[in-house]
Amino acid sequence: MRELFLKIFTQANVLFMLRGFRMTLVIAALSTLLGIFFGTLLALIRTYAGGRLRWVGGLVAAYTEFFRCTPNLLWILWIYFTIRGNKVAVSVLAITLFTSAVMAEIFRGGLNSIPKGQFEAAQSQGFSFPQTLVYIVLPQMYKKVIPALVSQVITIIKDTSFLKMVDVAELMRNGAVVMGSIYDVRGMMMLFAFEALCYFTACFLLSCAARAYQKTLVAN
Amino acid sequence: MLKGLLDAKRWAALLKAIPEYYIPGFVMTLRISLVGLALALALGVVFGILSTSKWKICKVITRIYVEFIQNTPLALQIMCYYSVLPMVFSSQGFRIPKFVLGVIGVGVYHGAYISEVIRTGIEAIPKGQSEAAASQGFSYVGTMRYVIMPQTIKIIMPPLANQALNLVKNTSILAMVAGMDLMYFTDSWGSNRGYFAQAYFTSALLYFIICFPLARLARYLEIRSMRLPVAKQIEIPAGGEGA
Repeated sequence: MRELFLKIFTQANVLFMLRGFRMTLVIAALSTLLGIFFGTLLALIRTYAGGRLRWVGGLVAAYTEFFRCTPNLLWILWIYFTIRGNKVAVSVLAITLFTSAVMAEIFRGGLNSIPKGQFEAAQSQGFSFPQTLVYIVLPQMYKKVIPALVSQVITIIKDTSFLKMVDVAELMRNGAVVMGSIYDVRGMMMLFAFEALCYFTACFLLSCAARAYQKTLVAN
Repeated sequence: MLKGLLDAKRWAALLKAIPEYYIPGFVMTLRISLVGLALALALGVVFGILSTSKWKICKVITRIYVEFIQNTPLALQIMCYYSVLPMVFSSQGFRIPKFVLGVIGVGVYHGAYISEVIRTGIEAIPKGQSEAAASQGFSYVGTMRYVIMPQTIKIIMPPLANQALNLVKNTSILAMVAGMDLMYFTDSWGSNRGYFAQAYFTSALLYFIICFPLARLARYLEIRSMRLPVAKQIEIPAGGEGA
């Protein structure tokens, strides 16, 4: 058992897998940031586009519904096979496409929960519409959706494991590469446990932070 | 990409592939989703109720189950079942049927989520309500039937519909272990012929057909759960007590 352990977890192997873990986190972080940006944009359009721009809102609604009702893996594969380019950039693009639809829904819920009176009050103080959004509505909205947002970030971290299928050097794929030289079932279990531990640490810390934040909300 | 998508010849090839690739894949995805959902509900109800019980050990066990499953990727769990489970049971080349693998994978994964949904549903009803019901002479079953359950169900239905939606989407992960589901057949036909746009577009539509009604259902339930219950009109016969 000890021999097996030492054979698998050599310094080179561990570093190789940790590099994969770093890639996982980088891809997740990039997709999260882009997803927040585009998700906010989509949610704002869908909520406030009226009058002659009504059809843009409809388009955004169709986009969010369509992406929310299809698996992320499908988009990853589709985009990987049809768009040539840097593998990491293409994966971030695929995950962002999917994530921004989900985040748009989260943000829309947040926007809907902000009372109309805030707009009227801002207008009476001479704020223009963009100023109202930037200084008054969006800060409140982000604060409200933090728990839902964090659980979506956890989903993104977990979803990066799909990238093994398109051979991006993230944790699952690097783990599989190491596993390729192991034929012992106990060794495989150790490797799975190692990967699970990496994902668990990242996701669990995030969910603990979200829960702590929620507690402070309740306390106030 | 768009030029390839509008190519009539490729669509003709896709039409020919439908009976051989898409129908079995679609049926497999549906079957895994249905049986997986049943397993997830069963696990979710059991663990959800256990997590609200008095015994500390039950709470600890459910906590470990929920946290561990929720914080590791389903892909990793399925890979683990796929490569480790057969070797645990026998040393020969025994293979778990893909259907069973899928059901266990999504069932255990979403069971953890559903257990959290049910726990929050039960905890959302204040304790005072069951005490009040008891003081009015309701039995335990009566309290559950007329006071607690109607409120709990109203709270848990929207997230449950959402979980069903995610479960259907997550069956696609089986493609990673050649799971004979829709995603696997899409991938295999697409890479065989190189007509990726057609392959994935059709598959996206098929997933959409299953998931969109579930998304609408979740939305509808959410709106309904926010409405306050309408009080029943009680007809007071004229010339009753007041007269």
